[in-house]
Amino acid sequence: MTKSEVISWYRIQEMFRFQSFHMYGVIGVAVIAGAVVQQLFKSGYINGYQGLKVSPKDKPKTYRASLLGGTFFGLGWALTGACPGPLYILLGHGYWSILIVIASALIGTLLYGVLRAKLPH
Amino acid sequence: MHTYFIRKYKTTMLTLEWLTGAWHWSVSGLLIALVLFLMLFFGEKFGVSTSFQTLCSIGGAKRWSSYFNLDWKKHDWLLVFVVGSITGGLIAATVLAPSEAMVISPETLQELREIGIQAPVVGAILPGELFDLANFSAWPLLVLGGVLVGFGARYAGGCTSGHAISGLSNFQLPSLLAVVGFFIGGLVMTHFLIPFLFTVL
Repeated sequence: MTKSEVISWYRIQEMFRFQSFHMYGVIGVAVIAGAVVQQLFKSGYINGYQGLKVSPKDKPKTYRASLLGGTFFGLGWALTGACPGPLYILLGHGYWSILIVIASALIGTLLYGVLRAKLPH
Repeated sequence: MHTYFIRKYKTTMLTLEWLTGAWHWSVSGLLIALVLFLMLFFGEKFGVSTSFQTLCSIGGAKRWSSYFNLDWKKHDWLLVFVVGSITGGLIAATVLAPSEAMVISPETLQELREIGIQAPVVGAILPGELFDLANFSAWPLLVLGGVLVGFGARYAGGCTSGHAISGLSNFQLPSLLAVVGFFIGGLVMTHFLIPFLFTVL
């Protein structure tokens, strides 16, 4: 993740300004290769560890939550330039200010947990 | 014998250069798919933002909401993943540290300069204007961004890994909608809110 710079705030800015193919390339290759992986598991062509049957589950059909939650997430992603995975990696890089972002993300999660019953899903 | 060592030295230097330089996007895309494969192989799901829910649960958040009433030991692999990510970052920053600055699109750099963000220096991944701890005026922005990431990811039921990678590659409609949402939010923030918010920096 670090070595292809996808954890960089600058790369995320490039992506949301449509000025580089970089992030689209990373995500595109991951999705295509990921689709092959998931189909191989689903068709039973390959099994998991110790013969485990792997059948990727369908996501819950909460369409409004996906779109609305996704929009909130996008606002945060563009501002901090980091989604959850990269947050942890950046911490490893010694960017201590990321602790502020992680702590706030936990507060955001808490907020969702508390408000969940009142939000449209 | 002598030429052998010279040749050996040259190959070693080439390998190191390949490791320390920036990697091509396709390499990273394949590595992410490999992580997805390993997660599925061991009967898990690939979704990093679930770790937020897990961390809240460990912190005793079930006092406030049944959403955190889960057996976090079932998700302990996620904590291992978190520790692994931090370690990976540490290795990338030390052993594989780059010797050149990142190459960012000149148009992006120009637009960022106009809102007070300078181009990255060697070894920098994030702009100091926003992420220097001593830069107190940026703290509220980091808090705002963090809350949005945490709230949005859990509301949507996943983040980049759970929706954009796992969900899209499994042809899930909710994931496609979530990614559309990521872009609505991201474009609004980048083009309308950031120019306004960054005036406080």
